[in-house]
Amino acid sequence: MSAPTQLSEPIAEDARMAAPNTLSLGGSLPRFTPPVTLAVLLLVSAGALFLLDAWNPAVLVIVTAVAYMVVITLASVIVENSRKAKDRLVTAVVYVCFGIAMVPLVSLLWTVLAEGIVRLDGYFLSVSMNGVTPSMDAGGAYHAVLGTLVITGIAALISVPIGLMTAIYLVEYGRGRLKTAITFFVDVMTGIPSIVAGLFVVALWIMIFGPGETNGLAGAISLSVLMIPVVVRSCEEMLRLVPNELREASYALGVPKWLTVLKVVLPTAIAGITTGIMLALARVIGETAPLILTAGSSAVAINANPVEGQMMSLPVFIYSQVRMGGAINYERAWAAALTLIAIVMLLFFVARLVSRFFAPKAR
Amino acid sequence: MAKRIDVSGLHVYYGDFLAVEDVSMTIEPRSVTAFIGSSGCGKSTFLRTLNRMHEVTPGARVQGKVLLDDQDVYGSEVDPVAVRREVGMVFQRPNPFPTMSIYDNVIAGAKLNNQRLNKSAADDLVERSLRGANLWEEVKDRLGRPGAGLSGGQQQRLCIARAIAVEPSVLLMDEPCSALDPISTLAIEDLISELKENYTIVIVTHNMQQAARVSDVTAFFNLAGTGKPGKLIEMGETNKIFTKPEKKETENYITGRFG
Ligand SMILES: Nc1ncnc2c1ncn2[C@@H]1O[C@H](COP(=O)(O)OP(=O)(O)OP(=O)(O)O)[C@@H](O)[C@H]1O
Ligand SMILES: [Mg+2]
Repeated sequence: MSAPTQLSEPIAEDARMAAPNTLSLGGSLPRFTPPVTLAVLLLVSAGALFLLDAWNPAVLVIVTAVAYMVVITLASVIVENSRKAKDRLVTAVVYVCFGIAMVPLVSLLWTVLAEGIVRLDGYFLSVSMNGVTPSMDAGGAYHAVLGTLVITGIAALISVPIGLMTAIYLVEYGRGRLKTAITFFVDVMTGIPSIVAGLFVVALWIMIFGPGETNGLAGAISLSVLMIPVVVRSCEEMLRLVPNELREASYALGVPKWLTVLKVVLPTAIAGITTGIMLALARVIGETAPLILTAGSSAVAINANPVEGQMMSLPVFIYSQVRMGGAINYERAWAAALTLIAIVMLLFFVARLVSRFFAPKAR
Repeated sequence: MAKRIDVSGLHVYYGDFLAVEDVSMTIEPRSVTAFIGSSGCGKSTFLRTLNRMHEVTPGARVQGKVLLDDQDVYGSEVDPVAVRREVGMVFQRPNPFPTMSIYDNVIAGAKLNNQRLNKSAADDLVERSLRGANLWEEVKDRLGRPGAGLSGGQQQRLCIARAIAVEPSVLLMDEPCSALDPISTLAIEDLISELKENYTIVIVTHNMQQAARVSDVTAFFNLAGTGKPGKLIEMGETNKIFTKPEKKETENYITGRFG
């Protein structure tokens, strides 16, 4: 009896919708059972916790989740069959795991949003900390936003061409020893701790300009040391995804190799490449340590000139505000953190748009 | 337009591995020549040496001579890119450019080479090539749509249109119908019969009936044994190869008897 019934279940379900009181063995729970059960259990556990005087949201969620798994499985065993009961149990487990995975993310975003919104306004984004003493109720992060944009902008201008061209070399032209060596060095670069990259640029600067000089350009270069390997890696992967058949199709039309790379391979991979570059940018935009060493950590004034004087950036701004330790400093730090997250989100949004715009279309 | 191909004493190597040994043949202009033979005997390898496409494969090299009319394809001053403009190629799997529309796919040869085409010349070339590939009626209302949105058979004809749009004198086809249904296959076979008025056509196929239907001359390749290089066993008029071949091996292959 069981096999044919199971096979015809979708139909049986429809039939049951028409006549909802068929609660026979092998029937099925109404579609609204899970949400309703969940809501009821939530209320019941909340009430129980109140009565026991053990109110705590985390405990509430855990109690509800466990109770739900037990109730829905039992209900399903009684009303439906054991196969469906297992399905319901596993579905519940998967949702709970998903929820657990989401907890840190949501809580992080929530905290940043809640704390950051206090101070994040037009004023905060349009003034610097010039002439503001640490505990004054004034000042903003305009100089840091500007610095972050200038420094990561320059870092991108340096890293994207170098990284992309290296990737093109590795995928399209590289042979033998040189290719192996470059791949190896890119791997090594990927593993450089960010503060070491900063230290390297500081040493470079001392060698070239003498001691004591820090500026935005040094910061940008230290970021590109971190960014180049990421760009190479992701672009390499994307270029390898372009089918060889397309290259051959192009060669067979009498198109030279460099034009094939430029006009067939790159356009086909452009969506993935943009996403990869954005990821690399997002990776370095929050770098703090190398910027403290290279671009300076005490700038308070607006400075858009990367080759002259210290330059503040959002992560360093957060760091230095937190170090001051006052309540208002924490507010500024949270607001700057929110700004930084907003910039990263904006980057991803742009990357999405670009990918969608360029992606090869089937229809 | 169509040119004769003269091959003499051609050996093809992949690194140290001799894949094809000592092939000499003449391929007449305005005819269809079919290459048949068991898998791995070097048909594709040999075909790709006719327009120097094998050079794309690292380690692949040739010894011997290939003449296109009287020009040495492997001459020291000859640019492989120029050879490929003269000798076009259609592949086993249709491979239209996914980033381009049908229209742009057809004129890809010119566009990718940065040649300037004015609008009316381009329109003209597109229509002529698509008509040449028997695809015009099916796609004329959606030239702006992506080429990858066509059916497999249509995509293959689009690839043929793209190949003839650069006006080569020879067209090489490596199993062009093996991914297609019988109807699309027939459409392409008809097309091949039309194209031979203007081009020299070489087609690799595993389908005996197809070779018998479309080709004027058939060349049979075979392996002497596993690990041994492929060889040209026999070449002659298709009729003759299929009815009374000179070599026993050919007869065995054609009648489906091996060993
Ligand atoms: N890129 C390559 N590198 C090394 N050896 C290769 C390469 N391509 C082909 N070969 C070898 O060359 C020989 C001939 O291969 P080829 O692809 O020309 O056969 P074919 O006759 O076209 O077979 P099929 O009918 O299956 O397409 C085979 O032994 C094959 O393993
Ligand atoms: Mg082949």
